[in-house]
Amino acid sequence: MNMDLRADLLALLPELTLTAGALVVLLAGVGGGGRRHGGLAVTALASVGLTAIALKIAVDVSEAGRLFFSGMFVLDPFAVFFKVLFLLTAALAPLLSRDYLERHDYRPGEYHSLVLFATVGMMVMASGTNLASIYVGLELMALSTYVLAGYFRREVKSHEAASKYFVLGALSSGVLVYGLSLLFGELGSLDLAAMAAALGGAERTPTLLTGMALLACGFLFKVAAVPFHMWTPDVYEGAPTPITAFLSVGPKAAAFAIFLRVFLGGLEGLTPYWVWLVGGSAALTMIWGNLAALTQDNVKRMLAYSSIAHAGYALLGLLAGSELGVQSVLFYMLVYLVSNLGAFGFVILLESRGYAGETVADYAGLARRQPLAAFGMLVFLLSLGGIPPTAGFMGKLYVFAAAVNAGFVWLVVVAVVMSAVSLYYYLRIAMQMYLREGQEGEGAEVLAAPWTARAIGVCGVFVGIIGVYPAPFAAAARTTAALIGVTLP
Amino acid sequence: MLDWLVAHVVPIVFYTAAVLVVAGAIGVIWFRNPIHAALSLLATFLAVAGLFVLQHAEFIAAVQIVVYAGGVMVLFLFVMMLVNVRTLPREYQYVRSLLPAAVVTGGFLAAVVAAGLFARSYLAAADPAALTAVEGQTMGNTEAVGWVLYRDFLLPFEVVSLVLLVAMLGAIVMGRKDRREEDAGEEAR
Repeated sequence: MNMDLRADLLALLPELTLTAGALVVLLAGVGGGGRRHGGLAVTALASVGLTAIALKIAVDVSEAGRLFFSGMFVLDPFAVFFKVLFLLTAALAPLLSRDYLERHDYRPGEYHSLVLFATVGMMVMASGTNLASIYVGLELMALSTYVLAGYFRREVKSHEAASKYFVLGALSSGVLVYGLSLLFGELGSLDLAAMAAALGGAERTPTLLTGMALLACGFLFKVAAVPFHMWTPDVYEGAPTPITAFLSVGPKAAAFAIFLRVFLGGLEGLTPYWVWLVGGSAALTMIWGNLAALTQDNVKRMLAYSSIAHAGYALLGLLAGSELGVQSVLFYMLVYLVSNLGAFGFVILLESRGYAGETVADYAGLARRQPLAAFGMLVFLLSLGGIPPTAGFMGKLYVFAAAVNAGFVWLVVVAVVMSAVSLYYYLRIAMQMYLREGQEGEGAEVLAAPWTARAIGVCGVFVGIIGVYPAPFAAAARTTAALIGVTLP
Repeated sequence: MLDWLVAHVVPIVFYTAAVLVVAGAIGVIWFRNPIHAALSLLATFLAVAGLFVLQHAEFIAAVQIVVYAGGVMVLFLFVMMLVNVRTLPREYQYVRSLLPAAVVTGGFLAAVVAAGLFARSYLAAADPAALTAVEGQTMGNTEAVGWVLYRDFLLPFEVVSLVLLVAMLGAIVMGRKDRREEDAGEEAR
């Protein structure tokens, strides 16, 4: 075998393993009437575990700083950090979904397999050093999530979510590809390093800037930033709740990965131009995301707007741009992932009133009936709100510090004010749980769902550890941030 | 006359094909009979193939004919003939203010085309030799495409196969009968 191809395939080992796992889950799901919920969830979980081992092997045997597949793929610490995040999401998704799927009586085979395929797409995105490989990874992820959003076919809202997500997602992909083609025409390459080199001497033509702006719009859509956020509340509300949890962390983190790599790697030369575009969007995102969340009674919609607002905070790290900025985005993504998945886990647990019928009032008096559940939800809400000593506080601290260092003081002022506003809607749920009495038989019941509870427990441990002792996690983010510039000269 | 034709064969072919592309596209939305619309689309596909030949991209021209004019179009026609729709009913349009929408969309398109023409005026023309040259060797266009596709773009190419698998899976998940309906059907039998 060709030595080059051998090295390439070894670097791709995690993706290959996960693809094989997805196919096994898909085939295993066909038999047995498609009702083996536990077995299929365990198979999905096992393939994520094997992928983690494969990732370790791939990192160990691959030459550091080398590009694979003729400059399409890289396995730098930046990519590895994001891959670990994606694998964590992919491991928690089957746990969150298992009881939920059984309760709503939908086939688990295709479901788990699509989650794994989406994860493969995200992993390819994180490793992509060429806009071609980044784009196909993005499409693999997007296509899988469109189907997953509409997986609950007996629910009208799920249909609505899937069709809105599909149409708007396809449109945003079109915008993205158009921008990409303009950049290719101007710079003569899709390779990020070659683009950065070509930018050195290139004239800032209108075509070039249009291409960059369209690419930014496509990425802003994928991270759900205002004004490209309109799809988020409807999709998050209508999609099956475990998928909403997955969508709000996995694809968002993947979009941030490519946003960072493309705009700080390939298009760094255009920073004076995109900084206003992205900065304006970040400010609008934080303001509108938090203000709109104030008025939501449906918890899923509220968390959707909250996830929009969190994308705004994370964009500050991208704007800061330095190593500190990249590091803060990575750390923020980790913190946001565990906090948000935990909060959605409780929404799944409390969904006793049928599909998508969960309102804030359902949480009334929860602390009296289920003190442990109420306390867990409180921890995740405080973490999302950024209150010490939870993880969310550390995440925001790093991002804001990076933005202040880079001179974006006005944006940080907006961010801090809006974080204070966000406390109102997070604590509104807490107030319902602890201070409202809750009429007998009116509040939501905690459903018996041992798998979901386990996933929440994992998230809770992470939130606690990162909040109290963030050093090792921040250090992991730091080693990756230093290398984003090395692989992309 | 013949000399003039030979000298100007490229612009003649280009403008003929360009007019056919646009006319075919207009026809697709103009004809009320779906079969006529589909055949009009066929004209667009073939004319686009002609444009590709003009650009020395013979392989893409062949793919355009085999896949679009051949496969996709036959599928369209099959479905239409099976469903047997003669003419589309005149339905009430959801968009009430078509004129502003048309002006905005058309204006945007005109701006994009203008930007393209403007950009073209100072950009160097693409090098046609690049379509047949790989690492200094000259070869056929098909060979060059294969060389690039299976070597430089091997990873995206393979990921696209996964994208297609997921698309197929998605179509089945969305289109399959509900399990409860199936069960009900089995019980009824």
